[in-house]
Amino acid sequence: MNILTMIVSTLITAVFTENVVFHYTYGICPFLGVSKKTNTALGMGLTVTLVIAASSILSYLVYTYLLVPFELEYLRILLFILIIAAFVQMMEMLLKRFIPTLYKGLGIYLPLVTTNCAVLGTANVVIDNAMPFLNLTFYSIFIGVGFLMALILMSGIRERLEKADVPKCFKGFPIALIIACIMALAFSGLSGLNFFA
Amino acid sequence: MTALKTSMIICQVWERNMKAKNIILDGIVTNNAIFVMVLGMCPVLGTTDTLENAFWLGISTCAVLILSNLLISLVGKIIPDKVRIPCYIIIIATLVTVVDLALRKFLPGIYSEIGRFVRLIVVNCIILARAEAFAAGNKPHLSILDGFSVGIGFFLGLCLLGVIRELLNAGKLWGTTLFSGYVGIDIFGEAAGGFLTLAILMAVFNFVKSKIEKKQKIRQAMLKKSMQSVQSAGGKA
Repeated sequence: MNILTMIVSTLITAVFTENVVFHYTYGICPFLGVSKKTNTALGMGLTVTLVIAASSILSYLVYTYLLVPFELEYLRILLFILIIAAFVQMMEMLLKRFIPTLYKGLGIYLPLVTTNCAVLGTANVVIDNAMPFLNLTFYSIFIGVGFLMALILMSGIRERLEKADVPKCFKGFPIALIIACIMALAFSGLSGLNFFA
Repeated sequence: MTALKTSMIICQVWERNMKAKNIILDGIVTNNAIFVMVLGMCPVLGTTDTLENAFWLGISTCAVLILSNLLISLVGKIIPDKVRIPCYIIIIATLVTVVDLALRKFLPGIYSEIGRFVRLIVVNCIILARAEAFAAGNKPHLSILDGFSVGIGFFLGLCLLGVIRELLNAGKLWGTTLFSGYVGIDIFGEAAGGFLTLAILMAVFNFVKSKIEKKQKIRQAMLKKSMQSVQSAGGKA
């Protein structure tokens, strides 16, 4: 399989058939909590994409070259969360120093990324499936893109929903969950899709 | 003198019990992690396809929550303020590793299904939130109680979702068939069914809550009215 085919098939798998929100049900908290406005959804989605990609690659490197040779696989939960927390902290400091406007724009979302299930979840998925390094790099980037897409779709719908006449007891989270259900149904229709055998 | 002392002790015990009662009620009902606070949604949707999975994930989360609350309330004052969150995360991650290894050894069948969510207990917002909001500033026995009540609230919510989804999906409960010949609704075994069940349950909770609040308001208004009429009657007399 040449590299272009690999990239395209990984893109389709990671964004559509194995969407992080609708297939793995990771990252539901930010998906419901931060998706009220498209702008904030975009900021959050981009941050998460970056953190997922970087932390999956770092976790993979640490796992294969540090934990496996010394037979310390059971320490992975501890080390992965440390890597993610350290990376987020480092990004926060770098952004504060070099791109203060973006830092201000992201505000509270940056520290929240540490406790996003999607980040740790993707790092685990990538290692459980024993992906080669190149596949893993693209997979983790596209998983982030899938999360970004889900967040933006949801925020677009919710912005319109504010004007709609929703039953009183469904206001807020319940109606957002109903929308998520319909979106998940649509995405589950794509599962099992395979363009390149 | 002794009577006064004993009455004071009784008062103290009663007050403490009131606090304990409040903590328990707060964790299970008024601030339920799933239906009111909307925290820790990933395992709620990912593992409630059967009651058995929901039960074991609830137990694991509960165990981690109680132990982390205990440990953090013990070391809370030693940790410097600036590095407290990383320290909490390390404590929680260690406990999760213990639970993960225990489940893998003793329940390998269950572990193969919920293992990926057991590892994610580390980033469950409920645990860090309780550590930060309660355990860090309270005594160990109260922290254990708080962890227990919040954990049980989470556990009961998970089990409720698990029962509904397993029944609708396959007509089974804990793996045993209840309705033979039931065809089943497949989507309740998938993520979409989880979203739908949770949405409807949340709406029902909101509905009941608003009804109770309405009743309380009416009662208060009536009380006020009767008080006023009594006062005005008193004034006339």
